Amino acid sequence: MIPVGDAEIIPIGTRGKPGRGTGKQPSSAARGLAPKAKTPPSRKPAPPAPDPAPAAEPGAATVDVPTPTTTEAPATSTAVATTHERHPLAGIPTSAWLSAFQQAAREVFGEHWEPRLAHFLAFLRRRVTGDYVVDEYGFDAEITQRFFIAALRPIAQQWFRIEVRGIDNIPTEGGALIVSNHSGTIPIDGVMTMVTVHDQTGRHLRALGADLVFKMPVISQLARKGGATLACNEDAERMLRSGELVGVWPEGFKGIGKPYSQRYKLQRFGRGGFVSAALRTGVPIVPLAVVGAEEIYPLVGNIPALARLLGIPYIPITPLFPLLGPLGLVPLPSKWLLEFGEPIRTDDYDAGAAEDPMLVFDVTDQVRETIQQTLYSLLMQRESVFK
Amino acid sequence: MAGGDKVVLVTGVSRDLGRRCARAIAEHPSVRRVIGVDVVPPRGDVGDVSFVRADIRNPVIAKVIAKEDVDTVVHMSVIATPGSSGGRTTMKELNVIGTMQLLAACQKAPSVTDLVVKSTTTVYGASSRDPAMFTEDMNPRGAPRTGYAKDVAEIEGYVRGFARRRSDVRVTMLRCANVIGPHVVSPLTSYFRLPVIPTVLGFDARLQFLHEDDLRAVLQHAVASDVPGTFNIAGDGIMMLSQAVRRLQRPSIPMPGFAVGSLGSALRSARVADFSPEQKSFLTYGRGVDTTLMRDVLGFEPRFTTAEALADFAASLTPTGGRAERALAGLAERLPSTPATTDPTGPTGPTLSLAGGDSGG
Repeated sequence: MIPVGDAEIIPIGTRGKPGRGTGKQPSSAARGLAPKAKTPPSRKPAPPAPDPAPAAEPGAATVDVPTPTTTEAPATSTAVATTHERHPLAGIPTSAWLSAFQQAAREVFGEHWEPRLAHFLAFLRRRVTGDYVVDEYGFDAEITQRFFIAALRPIAQQWFRIEVRGIDNIPTEGGALIVSNHSGTIPIDGVMTMVTVHDQTGRHLRALGADLVFKMPVISQLARKGGATLACNEDAERMLRSGELVGVWPEGFKGIGKPYSQRYKLQRFGRGGFVSAALRTGVPIVPLAVVGAEEIYPLVGNIPALARLLGIPYIPITPLFPLLGPLGLVPLPSKWLLEFGEPIRTDDYDAGAAEDPMLVFDVTDQVRETIQQTLYSLLMQRESVFK
Repeated sequence: MAGGDKVVLVTGVSRDLGRRCARAIAEHPSVRRVIGVDVVPPRGDVGDVSFVRADIRNPVIAKVIAKEDVDTVVHMSVIATPGSSGGRTTMKELNVIGTMQLLAACQKAPSVTDLVVKSTTTVYGASSRDPAMFTEDMNPRGAPRTGYAKDVAEIEGYVRGFARRRSDVRVTMLRCANVIGPHVVSPLTSYFRLPVIPTVLGFDARLQFLHEDDLRAVLQHAVASDVPGTFNIAGDGIMMLSQAVRRLQRPSIPMPGFAVGSLGSALRSARVADFSPEQKSFLTYGRGVDTTLMRDVLGFEPRFTTAEALADFAASLTPTGGRAERALAGLAERLPSTPATTDPTGPTGPTLSLAGGDSGG
């Protein structure tokens, strides 16, 4: 160490003061850069205190679920009235729970809440004890009608504002095969068609799904419960023979996974297996054109390598999807038009017609052309994508 | 023993199901005598059945057939699980070599006029690409490569070969769905007897059951009638695995497929339940078989539907779950007069009670 003596100490830097220059008053730029040490902490704790209450109230009001609020309100009010002599851990008295429960039941089920609640409980009990019937494809009519369709109906009616034309072309009874175009990256059009057909005709549309649907966990379970089965000749013919209304989307993944630039251009209609199934069973083919589903997730890109790795046909890139994360999964609210065309009769062909490939191709082309023409005319009629 | 003239040879009578079936066949009026054959004597009462200790894997069986002047052979010595017999090698030998020897003996015996083989619907496999209902003329989507399913496929092949070579013999093959009942010990029943049932996450298998009484009845029927062919035998209706578990009042734990596989091998080594790969795929995808031919051609009508068969099986089990159901029942009971329930959140809560059951195995 060398003693420095009275050498003048020249400070490096600004002696801990922000900015340079005089060393007395920091420049305005430096003041802007400096962390605001004092003022924010004093201000911050203040807003949160009044904040939660106003935030919670509008939330509860807009969501409009009376159950939690009403169960809480009377319960807490009675609890408050009695707590001054109760131990804080004693909980809420049974009578308070009871009155809260009654009030909640009245809110949810209306004035005649007792029979309704009993009805609902009976339903729950049937579900819990397994006391319900599924058909041989695993179709659970009760849960489909009371849950799946009820949950999807608002999406069909309010989000996509589905408009239906030619619903009379669906026979009211007996087997029929509805053949539709397929679009929209995710087969929402199939689900929406099922909901619409059920609401308009009261019949369940039994969808024929791709192999992949039944390979995927959860999806396969839901599909079977919702009435779908594997798109194979055996199942299609079996369903049609037993007089079911069967829906098929012969374009398959070529249809839903086509880029947005090719929208409303029908892809190849498989190998015409659906036609031979209809010919063998003699049921009418009802062509269905769906307009609007192409725009829900405009497919602008694909990651083929990753898709191959995961064993799925494509990984969609839409203008919103990977960009906005899960929010990008919300479909765009396009306006949908569903037009059911004139049924194509198949019962006046000879018995061996299904074995005649030329005839099968002809009928396939006829169905395809009908749907394509209907698509074009619907596109001409619609004002815009969203209106 | 009734006054008929059929002499029936039944293989595989040491096991409970085989023994009961042999007794049922003996009770049929068209049957004069039933000879039960197995390597080990049956443990229970065989009634009118005369037991002959013989191994169908060696040619001695031909001598039994010739000496007793057997005209009907009922082959039901096809075992589903290696558990009872040793290893997979023994199981395969019993199943495949046993069938070959038996069929060879039948081919040499001029007295044999009828052959009834108890096969199983396992031969159709279980995969995601299956049609909903298999008819008798369909083949599995992928040829089985291991285990029981492969054995059964090979056995059926040998039986078809036998039917070609001895076209004068009436051959009836019964593809039975999973047999269930209070006395049945099979991979599926030991699975259902687990106190907590592991299921494959995200899948719900479609199941069909055949009640053990109906199995006896159909074997009796097949021996007495003279309808050749292959028939699917199953109770009416389909049931989902989740539904069956709920009806048995057992809690279930959904777990991913690979975990079910490793749990299965752990359970197998603990000798609690048997989870072969084909059992796992069956519990994932399920299987349904069409029984139109059984009704129309064979003329057999099962007494129990799938649901009734399961209910009869469930009656023999002690429920380990069902808490939510009891809560709901209690709630529903009190509801119409005054809803004197104390817990409004109770009914919506799903069941998952951990049960320390003693009814496993």
